[in-house]
Amino acid sequence: MRVMMPSALRSYTGAGEVEAEGETLAALLDDLDRRYPGIRFRVVDEQDRIRRHIRFFINGEQSFDLALKLEPDAEIYIVQALSGG
Amino acid sequence: MTEVTLLIATRKGAWLLQGDKARRSWRVDGPHFLGHEINHVMLDPRDGRTMIAAGKTGHLGPTLFRSSDRGTSWKEAARPPAFSKSADGEGPSVDHTFWLTPGHADEPGVWYAGTSPQGLFRSEDGGDSWAPVSGFNDRQGAKKAAGGAQEGTPDGPKLHSIIVDPRDRKHLYLGMSGGGVHESTDGGASWHPLIQGLEVVAGLDPANLAFHDPHCIRLCPSRPDRLYQQNHCGIYRLDRPSDTWRRVGKAMPSGVGDIGFPMVVHPRDADRAWVFPMDGTDVWPRTCPGGAPAVYSTRDGGESWERQSSGFPAEQVWWTVKRQAMTADRSESVGLYFGTTSGELWASADEGESWNCIARHLPEIYAVEAATA
Repeated sequence: MRVMMPSALRSYTGAGEVEAEGETLAALLDDLDRRYPGIRFRVVDEQDRIRRHIRFFINGEQSFDLALKLEPDAEIYIVQALSGG
Repeated sequence: MTEVTLLIATRKGAWLLQGDKARRSWRVDGPHFLGHEINHVMLDPRDGRTMIAAGKTGHLGPTLFRSSDRGTSWKEAARPPAFSKSADGEGPSVDHTFWLTPGHADEPGVWYAGTSPQGLFRSEDGGDSWAPVSGFNDRQGAKKAAGGAQEGTPDGPKLHSIIVDPRDRKHLYLGMSGGGVHESTDGGASWHPLIQGLEVVAGLDPANLAFHDPHCIRLCPSRPDRLYQQNHCGIYRLDRPSDTWRRVGKAMPSGVGDIGFPMVVHPRDADRAWVFPMDGTDVWPRTCPGGAPAVYSTRDGGESWERQSSGFPAEQVWWTVKRQAMTADRSESVGLYFGTTSGELWASADEGESWNCIARHLPEIYAVEAATA
């Protein structure tokens, strides 16, 4: 499935859009980490909590649930959200 | 004379400044990791080429970057410091690695890291993979001593000042801000507090570890039984085997006081040390007292202090020097360096007698280390 990357993660992926697989959001992140080592820990912490300034949108809907089931043709946006200077 | 490299960690990246032999001109290399909050950059004195930088960004979680060529190229650590996963998912997670300490000379490849929230981590492969030191992180009362993120300092409670006794790799010290000073004599398997003699804010119970706030602890390399400490409540000295700190900061001028963040010791003279006082009155401005910056130096183990301010502006200066942002090199005439919250880097090539601003307009400076490999 297509995964859109925020600019902060492109040092890992080299591209704004990548392909990855997974039946759930958690599995998708595992697949991304296999392809781009280290990327998962930058967006999800060691207790499996999504980091404070990271958001996941699946087919346009925001989700905070890593167990969320994903359809094979789902479109995933990983978004960075931060205020301050 | 040995050439000095300054390792500058800032809120928006890292810079390396290479000095000439006279330490008069400095070649700027950077930014490295532009946009990353870099809390510490450290060179491994055991091989003279391995560097580790602790970083995160505003959006992304924490990581470490490693270099095996003195900062020419960098690679992310395979497994940066992270707490163990708790069964209920409610356990702590590392917000940032705050402090890096190379291990003992007899243990090449060993490093220690202190984090916020407070955790102690150890690497045995030159900083590529890290594991929690469970003897510290899981000790009885750890949570009570450290408090949660909300209970700690505004940027999060810090574990800092990890010290390895140069005579004994199993003898460790560390500081928790807040949470007190702790010592281990078995390589980190067990720990005991070392807070006797330390004061806490008036009215609070000094027996309660959570009220103790060491800002920076340094061991004297030339006399490893001597430690100095800049604490939230004064400047202290400890001469082992005694376990009672003595508030030597009482000898500081009353108009300046003995509050500050950094503590610097002389590489070869255990009676010499330097501090950078800040205003710790009423609402704690944490700025140069009276707007007049000055380093204070002792030549007698803290029994007396002299003001060193030649080269600084005389008035209207309101920056702060953070706990990792002041250091010394190992030159014959010891060079001193500090970075400010306003992004200025100041240097003295004559043990603090005179000062020059060698860089300005950097982001807020978190840490300064001087490498003389």
